[in-house]
Amino acid sequence: MKILDIIISNSSNQPIYDQIYSQVKSMIISGKLKEGDPLPSIRNLAKDLRISVITTKRAYDELERDGFIYTVAGKGCFVAEKNVELIREENLKKIEEYMQKIAELAALCNISNDELVEMFRILIREDE
Amino acid sequence: MNALAIRNLTKTYKGFKLDNISFELPKGCIMGLIGENGAGKTTTIKLILDTIKRDSGTIEVLGEDNRKNFKEKKEDIGVVLDEAYFPEGFTAKNVNTVMKNTYKRWDQELFCDYLNRFSLPRDKAFKDFSRGMKMKLAIAVALSHNAKLLILDEATSGLDPIARDEILGIINEYTRDEDNSVLISSHIVSDLEKICDYIAFLHKGKLVFCEEKDVLLERYGILKCSKSDFAAIAPDAIKGKRENSYCVEALVERAEIPTGFSVEKASIEDIILYLAREVTKQ
Repeated sequence: MKILDIIISNSSNQPIYDQIYSQVKSMIISGKLKEGDPLPSIRNLAKDLRISVITTKRAYDELERDGFIYTVAGKGCFVAEKNVELIREENLKKIEEYMQKIAELAALCNISNDELVEMFRILIREDE
Repeated sequence: MNALAIRNLTKTYKGFKLDNISFELPKGCIMGLIGENGAGKTTTIKLILDTIKRDSGTIEVLGEDNRKNFKEKKEDIGVVLDEAYFPEGFTAKNVNTVMKNTYKRWDQELFCDYLNRFSLPRDKAFKDFSRGMKMKLAIAVALSHNAKLLILDEATSGLDPIARDEILGIINEYTRDEDNSVLISSHIVSDLEKICDYIAFLHKGKLVFCEEKDVLLERYGILKCSKSDFAAIAPDAIKGKRENSYCVEALVERAEIPTGFSVEKASIEDIILYLAREVTKQ
C-alpha cells in the first residue's frame, strides 16, 4: 500500500472529516493515487491518526458518494476510475470561488468590471 | 450492535440522585464519561457492573441484560478502577497464577507481553510499586483475558502525562479490533478529547449530553465580541456566556452566527464548562 500523506490539524476550523476528505481527494485528482489503489481501512486510518472512527467513516462515505472511491465488501476501499467530468466540475467550482474573491476585492477598491476584464486579458497575453 | 445500552437508569442515595440516564455505546467505539467529582460517574459504572442495585431502568451489556448470566458475562469485561487492589506481597508472577485460575480465556503470553511493554518487574512485591506501575498492572490484567468491553474508572488520574499517554495509546490500539469497545471515565477532559469517539457529560447526577466528539467540536464555537455586537446575536444561539466590563465571551452554535463574526474553535473542556454553568443556573 502506498504511503499517504494525511495531516490532521487540531487547531484548524475545518472539521476533521473534511480535512481527510479534501486531502484524499486532492491526491486522487493530482494522480498521486491511481485507479484501483487500495485505501487504508477506516479503522486503521482512524487509529493511526488517533482520530474518531466515526469521523473517518464519514470522510470515506463522502468520498464514495462523490464517486472518488468505491467499496468492495470484505476487501476495503479502492480509488475509483478517474472521472474526467467530475474533476472538471471540481475545477470549475474552484475557479468560481477565486472569481468571487476577485470580485469582492475589486468592489472594495472601486475597480470597474471593464477594468477587471482588461486586467485579465493583459495577464493572459503575458503568459502566452 | 451496542456494547452498552442504558435506558432510564435511576439510583437514589441520600443527598444524591442519578437521574434517568440513557445512552448507548456502539460496538468498536470509545466513550468518555466526563463529570466533576460526585457527578455520578462511578455510580453509573457500579450499576453497569451490577455491584449496586438500581432503582429503575435497564442496562444491556454486550447485548444482554446485566442481571442475566452476569457471572459469565464478566469474562468479556475488563475493569480497571481508580485504585488497583492486589495483596501487598503479590508479584506480577503471582497475579498471573491467580488470574490463570480465574478467567477461562486468560492469555498468559499476552500478559507477559504487556508486562514487558509497561516495563513491569516480575518479582517485585505489589506494595513497592509506584502508583503508575500499579495502574499499569491492573490494565495489563484487564486486557489479558480477551475482554470485549473495557471499563476504566479514573484509571489515568494521579498519573504523570507520559504514563497517561502510554495508557491512552494502549486503549487506542485495543480498539483497532472492531469487536472491542471502551467506556472510560475521567475528569481529565483533555485525555478523553484525545481518544474518544463519543463524550457523555454527567453533571450533578444528570446526563447533560451524550454526543459524538467531533460533532460537538463542529457544532460549538467560542465567540468573542463587544457588548453591542453581542446584542445582535439570536438568544437561541447562545449556550453560555461570560461577561466583563470590556467584552463578552460566549459558547455559541456556529450555524446560528451571522457571517462576519469570528468564531474560534471550542475545546471539549470549554464546552462542558459553559454548559455546566448554564445547568447550575437553571
